[in-house]
Amino acid sequence: MSAATARRRGVLALPWIWLGLFVAAPFVIVLAISLSSAGYGSPPIDFFIGWQNGHPTFNINLDSFELLASDQLYIRGFLNSIAIAGLTTLLCLLVGYPMAYVMARAPARLQPLLVMLVILPFWTSSLIRVYAWIGILKENGLLNGLLLHLGLISQPLVILNTPIAVQIGMVYAYLPFLVLPLYATLQKLDWTLLEAAADLGAKPWSAFFRVTLPLSWPGTLAGALLVFVPASGEYLIPELLGSSTLPMISTVLWTEFFGNRDWPMASLIAVMLLLVLAIPLLFLRGGQATAGRV
Amino acid sequence: MAPLIRLEGLTKRFGETVAADDVTLDILEGELFGLLGASGSGKTTLLRLLGGFETPTAGRVLIDGVDVTALPPYERPTNMVFQSYALFPHMTVAANIAFGLKQARMPKPEADARVEEVMELVKLTELGKRKPSELSGGQRQRVALARALVLRPKVLLLDEPLSALDKKLREHTQFELMRLQRELGITFVIVTHDQDEAMAMCSRIAVMDMGKVIETGTPRAIYERPQCRFVADFIGGANIIDAEPVGPSRVRLPALGVECAVTDSLPAKGWVALRPERISLSHEAPAGGPWPAGQVEAVAFHGDFQLYRVRMDGGVELRVAASNVPGDPKPGERAFLSWPADAPVALSR
Amino acid sequence: MRVSRGAKIAGGTVLGLGYAFLFAPILSVIVYSFNESRLVTVWSGFSTKWYGELAHDDRVLNALRLSLGIAAFAASGAVIIGTMAAYALARFGKFRGKALFSGLVAAPLVLPEVTTGLSMLLLFVLMERLIGWPQGRGAITIAIAHVTFAVAYATVIIRSRIASLDPALEEAAADLGARPFAAFVAVVLPLIAPALAAAWLLSFSLSLDDFVITAFVTGPGATTLPLLIFSSVKLGVNPEINALGTLIVGVASMVALTATLLQRKSG
Repeated sequence: MSAATARRRGVLALPWIWLGLFVAAPFVIVLAISLSSAGYGSPPIDFFIGWQNGHPTFNINLDSFELLASDQLYIRGFLNSIAIAGLTTLLCLLVGYPMAYVMARAPARLQPLLVMLVILPFWTSSLIRVYAWIGILKENGLLNGLLLHLGLISQPLVILNTPIAVQIGMVYAYLPFLVLPLYATLQKLDWTLLEAAADLGAKPWSAFFRVTLPLSWPGTLAGALLVFVPASGEYLIPELLGSSTLPMISTVLWTEFFGNRDWPMASLIAVMLLLVLAIPLLFLRGGQATAGRV
Repeated sequence: MAPLIRLEGLTKRFGETVAADDVTLDILEGELFGLLGASGSGKTTLLRLLGGFETPTAGRVLIDGVDVTALPPYERPTNMVFQSYALFPHMTVAANIAFGLKQARMPKPEADARVEEVMELVKLTELGKRKPSELSGGQRQRVALARALVLRPKVLLLDEPLSALDKKLREHTQFELMRLQRELGITFVIVTHDQDEAMAMCSRIAVMDMGKVIETGTPRAIYERPQCRFVADFIGGANIIDAEPVGPSRVRLPALGVECAVTDSLPAKGWVALRPERISLSHEAPAGGPWPAGQVEAVAFHGDFQLYRVRMDGGVELRVAASNVPGDPKPGERAFLSWPADAPVALSR
Repeated sequence: MRVSRGAKIAGGTVLGLGYAFLFAPILSVIVYSFNESRLVTVWSGFSTKWYGELAHDDRVLNALRLSLGIAAFAASGAVIIGTMAAYALARFGKFRGKALFSGLVAAPLVLPEVTTGLSMLLLFVLMERLIGWPQGRGAITIAIAHVTFAVAYATVIIRSRIASLDPALEEAAADLGARPFAAFVAVVLPLIAPALAAAWLLSFSLSLDDFVITAFVTGPGATTLPLLIFSSVKLGVNPEINALGTLIVGVASMVALTATLLQRKSG
């Protein structure tokens, strides 16, 4: 072994050990637990591989699989998650695309400030930001107070603990995920192309649809994924703003684990989340997907 | 005299590509040696093998009789001037230059004196406290040079040292490099794709193509007596014309329909290299013929000469570089071509 | 291209509404943290009494202390491991298992938090059973979990900085006699220092903010600030949380500003 090889191994050793132990091993374990049956001990599982009288024993349990496939609760949780995440993505696009567009076309000296203002919420406690919406949306909250004061409504609206509150909170929390990658793409766009389009007779709107929109597609896709994937695994917002009116898959997992102490079921949901959400993204993820968060 | 550098069967593969293909080469002490080739010819790989930045797939590198093949850069008696200069942006000029001495744990007073001395040598005395970002391209190049020279290497490696400079500065720097090399007596190995640069500076040149050293020799020998078509074409863009031997030192050029004298006898069918600037152009047939004729297709003005493209009667096109041609042939006009007896070089490969 | 007056007004409106949406909730928290009334939505006069109560609330102070300690540990661990991982990914070319390696590094970026939290808890439970460590769950398990997800973010930041450095700089250092570690310390480290600081700050604030993963891997007695906030939020809006939130927002903004400036400096 050459000195260079030894050095490389030295650099890689700690990351490999850490990632192997705390990222890879938990995957395997969660997979294994999802195949085990719930028990009454502590921890409450009967592990699917055991060791008795010098022989390994297998006790693979697929109850959780059957339950997952048949019980409406889980299916609804998944569907809710996908619906909410999809709608969140769509609404974020509607709000975020114009924002990113205006940011990218703003005077160059203003742009760092505008970007900073979008990044800032990232760094601020997500818990506090979700909490802020409770004060706004509750029955005697700021929004109702304002609307009543303006005489637009005569009875306070019930928004908190409804799916609408969850939806508002989701769009609010995930908007920056969409705006940043989209801005990055639009900002690099060669605006002389628009001039060329105008020169060739395109009206502004048709130039936008024929030039800007197709060219900003990579950023749009990256942003949409950055919203959709974490949004479908979101826990805090449906829990705090929706109470239990809109169970999403993460809140279902949470209840199975903390409420019902059904570890195999919780593990199975975790595995499903992993398969459905994370793996496609790992393949699609370019550098830009993560660069947007910094 | 034993060579200072000896490359023996040096081969470097990157996956499928062979960047250096069985290169065997000797470089003598005190030479200003040029590695000349187009991009991708393997010249930079060869330099990096010398510096220890690449490990060869096969072969050996000997410096001063010592096998350094397995030594990393920090244990080799070579120093390099990188193409990007690779100056440390967070250090001052003086700190950049002192870097190697610090690594060698030289006592500070002695190191300071050495830095001072080398800064004087490359005329940087006033700039010691500046950061690289505050320097011009030419100044950066001198810092890179000083940083390598301060360690008094046995061999100084220079990777396209002039490519980042503008044309005027380049010529000046060529002379500076030659002066330094002469004064210090250190062996320079310089990589360049610019044949004029290699011709002007180097004591010997190795022409490279596809990982192989095609030909080695002094600039004059390579220019005037190339051994093969590749070199004749690469250096100065000679006209290459098919040739058949008709006697000792005499060939027939079927495409032009004439016979002529050549430098060496051709053993079999081969080629003749004829440099554009050695051909004369005239409206009237010159004496001592027969000379071939053709129609001028295009003329390009280059200041000190004109470049003519002439379509010969046999169909081939020849390039002629000439100044003050009597009658000033225009495109479309007919002209005769002639050359001195020692101009055509016989090539058998 | 010439921008018409109408387009300017439209653009300004879009941005104004967008930023209002992003910042109004935070502003409402800040404003009402200075409200005298316990009724959070009725303005009854300016007061800083909630900040005073906060300063004497032992539960809050203990949680803060715990959170800061864990965040400092997690950030430091993430920068150390992240630097090694980033260096390997940026400089080692192809190495065995690189695809798996970069997948594992990035996994916490794409995994739902509940999955990460649950799987790490299961690991800790199993480890305790098999090797007796970590005993129970608490600050140590939280710190390990936070290092793990923060490594993902730290690696992204540091890697992009290393990748933007001219590889010839390290070669030049080696050429001038520096052994690899000396070259790293003398040349690479000073040049990536701003990125390291930015990575540290991001890791720190992510750790300070994490609720979901922490909720899984915590144990009795280890209540971090987000856990504390969550349990009081479940009980309803209260002015002390407003005050705490304001402080967090203030500190986070300064951290964010610093990190952004560092990022820009390191270009």
